[in-house]
Amino acid sequence: MNFIMPHLPVLQVAIPLIAAPICVLFTFGGHRKVAWLFTLAVSWVCFLIAGALLSRVLLDTDISYAIGNWPPPFGIEYRVDPINAFVLLIISGISAIALPFARLSVEKEIETDRHILFYTSYLLCLTGLLGVTITGDAFNIFVFLEISSLSTYVLIATGVRQDRRALTAAYNYLILGTIGATFFVIGIGLLYMVTGTLNIADLAERLQPLSDNRVVHAGFAFIVIGMGLKLALFPMHVWLPNAYTYAPSLVTVFLAATSTKVSVYVLLRFLFTVFGPSYDFVNLTFEFVLLPLAIVAMFAGSITAIFQTNAKRLFAYSSVAQLGYMMLGVALSNIPGLMATILHIFNHALMKGALFMALGCVMYRLGTVSLGSMKGLGRSMPWTMGALILGGLSLIGVPGTVGFISKWHLILGTLEAGFWPIAILIVASSLLAVIYIWKIVEVAYLEKEINQEKTLKEAPISMLAPLWVLVILNFYFGIDADLTTWVARNVAETFLGGES
Amino acid sequence: MVDALISHYNYWLIIILMMLGLYVVVSRGNLVKKIVGLNIFQTSVFLLYISLGKVSGGTAPILTGKPEAFSNPLPHVLILTAIVVGIATTALGLALVVRIRESYGTIEEDDILISERSQDASDINGSSA
Repeated sequence: MNFIMPHLPVLQVAIPLIAAPICVLFTFGGHRKVAWLFTLAVSWVCFLIAGALLSRVLLDTDISYAIGNWPPPFGIEYRVDPINAFVLLIISGISAIALPFARLSVEKEIETDRHILFYTSYLLCLTGLLGVTITGDAFNIFVFLEISSLSTYVLIATGVRQDRRALTAAYNYLILGTIGATFFVIGIGLLYMVTGTLNIADLAERLQPLSDNRVVHAGFAFIVIGMGLKLALFPMHVWLPNAYTYAPSLVTVFLAATSTKVSVYVLLRFLFTVFGPSYDFVNLTFEFVLLPLAIVAMFAGSITAIFQTNAKRLFAYSSVAQLGYMMLGVALSNIPGLMATILHIFNHALMKGALFMALGCVMYRLGTVSLGSMKGLGRSMPWTMGALILGGLSLIGVPGTVGFISKWHLILGTLEAGFWPIAILIVASSLLAVIYIWKIVEVAYLEKEINQEKTLKEAPISMLAPLWVLVILNFYFGIDADLTTWVARNVAETFLGGES
Repeated sequence: MVDALISHYNYWLIIILMMLGLYVVVSRGNLVKKIVGLNIFQTSVFLLYISLGKVSGGTAPILTGKPEAFSNPLPHVLILTAIVVGIATTALGLALVVRIRESYGTIEEDDILISERSQDASDINGSSA
């Protein structure tokens, strides 16, 4: 085992990357189940590697891995520190939990002859997300970002069997996603123009004396806008609701829990590692761009969610609001605020994963997730709806759930920054979440069941088990948040280290 | 002013191309034309990278033993990757357009929106009935 350990950073990305073309080979003979088992195994291997990396980084030091032995900053460097090891663990962990759920869900929602190619795209998407997170090279981020985006467009479009609107959703995401990624690459180009380096650590160093350079300002703006599009920051969120609504359930679970979080991570990386709050223009961006947009997102997302009639779209809009919380934490740029962002990356993955997985169970039995068809579902599918409500409580931020932990730190952050009216706004927008969760409670438990003659059964155990694992994690990390807050504090202090 | 225009003419052209592409993406309702706009937009970025690697008087970076100035090959190599990404994006986008045309019978955004609106409405009515 000893000769593998130093190569874990590259294996984290290489294993799913090599697995993807191997997965295509299962088309010969049409081994759908084998393809699924293979994807599951790869996900678990990635999860174990991410766990090993995180424990090494937390207990020991950061890892720098030179690809092909070319020393950084000349070669591509993979750099693992607590924040990206944490994000790696979230991505691969969600994938490892979601895949046992996947088989029946995919069986039901996607044409049979597409399954193997679907799993291939899924593996590529996983590769891209892990690659974006682990790499220490700015251009490499773009390449992996595009790998994950292109496979994401394909994955969303496979929802076409349920609803043809999956196609237009994928198309719109393709257009906006490509614009976002291209803006990002323009930004990288401008930074390269003045510094002559693409390595993130080197970039940070060489930008220090250039804080008044106009090209640097432009590059910074392009990167923030590009990533803002990718992470669905409020006015740039238009691709998100349709993409989440019409994608197959597994894809929604995976995307909602991981893909926007990876973009948040990239933005954090640029805002704090490459630039840092000591630059005036970064501070101005926090105060005059991110802060107002985050607050508008919290309300616009939640209010729009209240009026939705499709449960998946409802939670998609709620994701826009939740991303607002994350950006608010960034904009505060103090220790509790950043901790809230980092905690919420993890916590939101847990709660949205659970919620969309519960909706996947509903989809499996009903074939639709419109609120009208979910009437009285609490009686025929008690475990699924129970999980949905518990996940909803976590989304609201009831004490004892993970949602509470991140909102608590966010409120501490606003108070420390002296913005107490924003603390009130956070509570108010949480109350809006109560309204849309209550809508579901009302439909599922208080209304009479429609079509009583048809006996609806509870979702199969292979779908319920991963769902409840996520629900239990929602409560476990809500009560015992030592591990997550420790990581978050560690990261926040590194990010703000230069300042204090 | 004129000096700045002439000495940096490549950047001005790139900016014009970039804005043109972006404008086409936003303003056209035809899904294929949108992809054409996206391509123009991406191409302008390729040009940006390629022209920033140029060293005046520099030749191709091939070791000949003679002391020569070389153009910076790194941005050129980077942009090879970006071109591949652009091709993949275009191919995927066009494939989606074909599928959209098959299921909607049109590739005009407005017509698609109309038929999606009616589908949305029937979703709501169907569920409340």
